[in-house]
Amino acid sequence: MPEREVIIIGGGAAGLAAAVACKQKGIEDILIIERGDYLGGILQQCIHDGFGLEKFHTSLAGPEYAQRYIDQVKEKEISFLLNSMVVSLTPQKEVIVVNNNGLTHYQARIIILAMGCRERTRGAIGIPGARPSGIYTAGAAQELINLKNYMIGEKIVILGSGDIGLIMARRLTLEGVEVITVAEKLPYSSGLPRNINQCLYDFDIPLLLSHTVIDIEGNGRLSGVTIAQLGKRGGIIPGSRRKIACDTLLLSVGLIPENELSREAGIILDNITGGPQVDERGQTNVPGIFACGNVLQVHDIVDNVSLEAEYIVEGVAEYLEGKLNKEREIKVELEKGLRHVVPQTLIRFKDTIFSFRVNQPGEKKVLVFTDGKRVIKKKFLRRVNPAEMIRVKLISSELEEIKTLKVRLV
Amino acid sequence: MKTKNNRFDVVIIGAGVIGCAIARELSKYKVNVAVLEKEDDVGWGISCRNSGVVHAGFNNKPGTLMAQFCVEGNKSFAELCSQLDVPYKKIGKLVVAKKKEEIKGLQKLKQQGDTNGVDNLQIIDLNEVKRLEPNIEGIAALYSPETAITSPYLLTIALAENALDKGVSFFLNTEVKSIIRLNNSHFRIKTNKREFTSSYVINSTGIYSDYIARMVGINKYRIYPCRGEYHILDKNVSWLINHLVYPVPQAGVGGLGIHLTPTIDGNILVGPSNEYIKSKDNLSVTSSVMKVLSSEAREFLPLISPGYIIRSYSGLRAKQAPSSEGGFWDFVIEESGIVNNFINLIGIESPGLTAAQPIAKRVVEIINKKERLDFDPSFNPFRKGILRFEEQNEETKKTLIKQEPDYGEIVCRCEKVTKKEILEAVNNPLGARSLISIKYRTRAMMGRCQGGYCQNRIMEILRESFKLSPQEITLKGNNSYLLTGYRSNEVSKSCQKEKLLSLEEELLV
Repeated sequence: MPEREVIIIGGGAAGLAAAVACKQKGIEDILIIERGDYLGGILQQCIHDGFGLEKFHTSLAGPEYAQRYIDQVKEKEISFLLNSMVVSLTPQKEVIVVNNNGLTHYQARIIILAMGCRERTRGAIGIPGARPSGIYTAGAAQELINLKNYMIGEKIVILGSGDIGLIMARRLTLEGVEVITVAEKLPYSSGLPRNINQCLYDFDIPLLLSHTVIDIEGNGRLSGVTIAQLGKRGGIIPGSRRKIACDTLLLSVGLIPENELSREAGIILDNITGGPQVDERGQTNVPGIFACGNVLQVHDIVDNVSLEAEYIVEGVAEYLEGKLNKEREIKVELEKGLRHVVPQTLIRFKDTIFSFRVNQPGEKKVLVFTDGKRVIKKKFLRRVNPAEMIRVKLISSELEEIKTLKVRLV
Repeated sequence: MKTKNNRFDVVIIGAGVIGCAIARELSKYKVNVAVLEKEDDVGWGISCRNSGVVHAGFNNKPGTLMAQFCVEGNKSFAELCSQLDVPYKKIGKLVVAKKKEEIKGLQKLKQQGDTNGVDNLQIIDLNEVKRLEPNIEGIAALYSPETAITSPYLLTIALAENALDKGVSFFLNTEVKSIIRLNNSHFRIKTNKREFTSSYVINSTGIYSDYIARMVGINKYRIYPCRGEYHILDKNVSWLINHLVYPVPQAGVGGLGIHLTPTIDGNILVGPSNEYIKSKDNLSVTSSVMKVLSSEAREFLPLISPGYIIRSYSGLRAKQAPSSEGGFWDFVIEESGIVNNFINLIGIESPGLTAAQPIAKRVVEIINKKERLDFDPSFNPFRKGILRFEEQNEETKKTLIKQEPDYGEIVCRCEKVTKKEILEAVNNPLGARSLISIKYRTRAMMGRCQGGYCQNRIMEILRESFKLSPQEITLKGNNSYLLTGYRSNEVSKSCQKEKLLSLEEELLV
């Protein structure tokens, strides 16, 4: 069985950044396994700009951002497989790969999970109505339009204000499609404020908050949807039903980390993030299996994916040197105001970056880290938004002595 | 065995599981048979929208055709599936009583089953229920080890392909518009495409069978569409149950109650509901029923969570009993008393799938009595389906990829369907070309991402295989086109012209 020091599953933003970082740490024997026929993953279909502001201090299109990493992968002679699907992963870090050349077992010392996300579908959110053609998830539509040069419709309603939906509202408008409205179930958008401005308001596309699709019509192709306004408790407000004639419904209703392989390998998942539970080095409960990027938690911007991947590779290097020992283990506990945290546990108590998502938008908030009654750190946040990740670094002197760790937003 | 001028001995209208079973049964004889189907593929009506259960036969009133054919069908189903290379699993069924009052209902069912000739029925107590189904709430159950599951659409496709192989002609996208009786021995059937003539007409049109019968002046039948909605659960939670789990049926309801059915592919179905509706083509799902399904299922299986649902859909029952009455009316399988050689199949609802083979045999008997059909010794009951890569052992997988590298390209990641399987489905012998046809044949797009990853890839394979333009690709035939919004070539050319002109004009100014 071929052996590899590090196998990275997924050649998208996270996998590429992890591979490059591994090489920089002096790890030589790396293999990236990618199921698509190119590296770069979803970045390749994101032809809009705005990528790289944090990481490279310049605005890049998705393919440009990916190319910076692909160039490094090639320059550093990191090996990768394309059109290759990992069909099995064991807790012993044995990987089975299927591609045109056959079915191959690999044994790795380290696995980095970087499989990204899939999109939540109509079935998962249970939209009632008929089952015609013309219902697309935003990412699938983006692939059809940007990579395959196909069109998907003429009059479109978008449900959900996730970032891909917002980006697609603009993209479709530029292609001459009429984007009638973007309906969002929640009273606030789940997309980044800059996308709402640049993709909707700049193009006069109305954003209907607290609205959802309650019926779909169409025998062959979709012929219309009914939207309605939702009250505070989620019920339909009487008299707010409105039929809209359209031929396409685009769904941007959330992403689900793609953790089928992780589950198979016995990795414990976090119910809230949908990703593996990890320690501060991105290591799962299975020693030597790490996770980064959207398979770990859904990120807001790709720069944070790259930074996270680089950060967990520190742990990968430590693991290979036998230095990633557990000193003791404590769970990071969330109190009010916060939806999730990564990492979920601490074992090393060195410098650690925490990522959070909040439950609701708000202004002038303080993130408070406590150990019992002692306040370890406070961070003032001018504005918080569920669409944006909060990243906070605590240094070793703040963490060394703690017995417990609780975090709240006040 | 194509005949001149679209003349056939027998025309079967409707290519559901019943129509296809009759076609196959007739293909054992020397007769020219055509099957007309209004959809783009076989089995898209009732046949692909049910629980996929091979019933044992204890739900049906003794002495009815339903009871007789269900028991017969159940006993020969395994053999049928093995001949046709269709999946079949005898997993057994529990009808679970939740309250003491319901135990009587179990005894009644058992008695009925015993009378009907169902084997091995037994009433089991709480401990045994818990042993068989640790996650199910109930105090006792009727255990029926003979109940099995199959894939209703793969069976329909298999029956059709086997018949096709023996020379039965299938006409898809062919909707019957009128039927004229020419003389005592011939019918002229007008469709949206062409005309057919035949000596016999078999009306196996499920929900539309009353409508088709009326075309020749038979007005005595009435079919009420009764909708059943389902949830499909993620394969991740297939461990929740081991058997089919049903409630004790309520009198006067035209269904078997909301139950839990493991599918042959490892999902669990929750449903179906039971609602008489007006329209014969309304396959919507409704928010009220979706909620009821979840809450009723939770009464049996408290562990069920809405997060497990990957899709909801609905099917229709072809009921003869009006909503005021409910319950089941027996199958009608008869030659019309007023129109010779016109055979009606009316009210073929549950257990129609189980009974398909005996029903088909009965239809052939009716014809045989009048015609003395010649048996065709070249009939081959065996047919091969599409080989599933994922179900093979590792050595076979390796060999397959070596022989055919397309097996090494996994297109649908959730169900692990390879490009080779997709290509075989695309090139299916019936000539069905829509995405749903590929989905039913391979399971691609049926998994938890619902085609999010593979649908675009499959459209590409379909387009390349038949050199289709993007606008010609459909989800399920007719006008269910997927890629649209293009200006037609003519329009875009003229637009370009105008643009150029205006540019030139601008330059001139």
